[in-house]
Amino acid sequence: MRAFDRRTWIPWMFSAPFLVLFATFTVWPLLQSLLLSVQQTFGPKRTVFIGLSNFAFILRDPLFWQALGNTAIYTLGAVCIQISTSLMLALLLNRPGLRGRSFFRLVFFAPSLVGLVFVGVLFTLLFQKRTGLINSGLHAIIPAWDPEFAWTDNHVMASLLLASTWLYAGFNMIYFLAALQNVSREQLEAADLDGAGAWGRFWHVVLPEIRPVLSFVTLLSVIGSFQLFELPWVLLNNSAGPANRGLTVVMYLYQTGFLVGDLGYASAIGWVLGLILVLAALAQTRLARNEET
Amino acid sequence: MHASNRRFSLLPIYLTLSLFAALTLLPFAWMVAAALKSQDDFFTSIFLPPGSGPFGVGWERLTLANFARLFTEFPVGRAMLNSIFFSTVTSALATAACAMGGYALAKFSFKGRALLTGAVLGALIVPTSLLIAPTYKLLWQLGLLNSYAGLILPAIAPAFGVFLFRQAMLNSVPRELLEAARIDGCGELRIFFTVVVPLIRPMIGAFMLITFLGAWNNFIGPQIVLQDAEAFPLSVAINNLRGLHGTDYGLIMAGTLLSIAPVMCLFLLLQKEFIAGLTSGAVKG
Repeated sequence: MRAFDRRTWIPWMFSAPFLVLFATFTVWPLLQSLLLSVQQTFGPKRTVFIGLSNFAFILRDPLFWQALGNTAIYTLGAVCIQISTSLMLALLLNRPGLRGRSFFRLVFFAPSLVGLVFVGVLFTLLFQKRTGLINSGLHAIIPAWDPEFAWTDNHVMASLLLASTWLYAGFNMIYFLAALQNVSREQLEAADLDGAGAWGRFWHVVLPEIRPVLSFVTLLSVIGSFQLFELPWVLLNNSAGPANRGLTVVMYLYQTGFLVGDLGYASAIGWVLGLILVLAALAQTRLARNEET
Repeated sequence: MHASNRRFSLLPIYLTLSLFAALTLLPFAWMVAAALKSQDDFFTSIFLPPGSGPFGVGWERLTLANFARLFTEFPVGRAMLNSIFFSTVTSALATAACAMGGYALAKFSFKGRALLTGAVLGALIVPTSLLIAPTYKLLWQLGLLNSYAGLILPAIAPAFGVFLFRQAMLNSVPRELLEAARIDGCGELRIFFTVVVPLIRPMIGAFMLITFLGAWNNFIGPQIVLQDAEAFPLSVAINNLRGLHGTDYGLIMAGTLLSIAPVMCLFLLLQKEFIAGLTSGAVKG
């Protein structure tokens, strides 16, 4: 009887700190955001119930669509470039007999430790006309390169992709490297004996083995890229850039919620974003399941 | 024949890897050089200023003046202490709360466990940006705006932390060991700290580092919650510095270097645990 008593309250004691905070700062805000999304608010103090107007307004809000378009283009570009770069680096590092593997791994991973804000500040200066490393370096290598090339003013998307590839390529690489170490040597050698070239080995042996990790990393990258905020915010000097070319969904959420003060509209944007991400996750599990059967 | 062939074919791989390593390191090198240069030298040289010293570099022209100015003229020292305090407290409390929560879910059977596990799994897909606006309102209602409590409390119960610890403990903490300790008359808290914690030490190291990094690099949280410039962590302070002194490149790079260096050192100390923790669940699961 005593043992039974012990068993019932002990797990609650252990989970109590998490439970209280999780209920207060995740579950409750999540429910609140539903309520907020049907309100118009003026700061946290004054609210008016407006039904589904926020969502109706989102549908014909050109700024939201511009933000969504920018975010989607960025996500597509970032995921393609990051995943292919990361996978290539991991494949190169996974070559048997390679020396200095842990050194290269450390170097490629280092940028992932730098927060998005600091990457933003660093790249603001790297992208400077004339004095920044990128323009002066390119000009030194290719004399025809214009040292006045205006990266963050006229080529917002290219700037974002360049900075985020530098930041994330090594991070995804760690996942691929771990997955590649599980690919069986016997199968690779069997493929070798069958006369498969490097490409054939990759396509028929390696890729099927790492596919679960590949789709997991792709999903993580999509979810992360869709929530892009700090990098363009800092790169474009705390703004959405010229003609809102650097406006992202979360930046728009931040602007409406905290610069305009409409937490209701910000919550509605948050729900639309959440819905898009859930759909992405469902599509990924669906695809993963189809591949298994 | 085969072996020498393979060794030879490694050359292009070394070249490619070295090229990418150079591209990765150049921004860091440029930042360090810029932080050590005066404003004049910044405009006249890409990396180190030319001179008559070894390697044709004017070593005597390098200066720590940018760092000195950061600490005397700007509140960067204070911001650094803020960041250290905020990140340490957040990672320690988050690790404690998540490890205990994961332990309850992994090693006890009780009414409500399935519901709790489901809630944790469901919360994994909630994007953090969805919670920004309602959390702000909640903090306002609780009177926690413009306080560290308002910044720390929402950050110490991440669902993915409980999930990670649950996964780690399912396999690496044998039930028999816990039962044996109970029969010996060990209290439940003592069992947790002397039997369970040592078994999951790598996971604890990894998770502490992950949450420390997350707190250190958090920008949107302090930007929304904090109002007094005195309380700003480095992430906000450095961005403000760039906004106000945008043309003082050496100063800004020195500040950025100071913000990055501590986490780099921490990572070098804990890198094994960190990488193992990152990929656990993803690859094995």
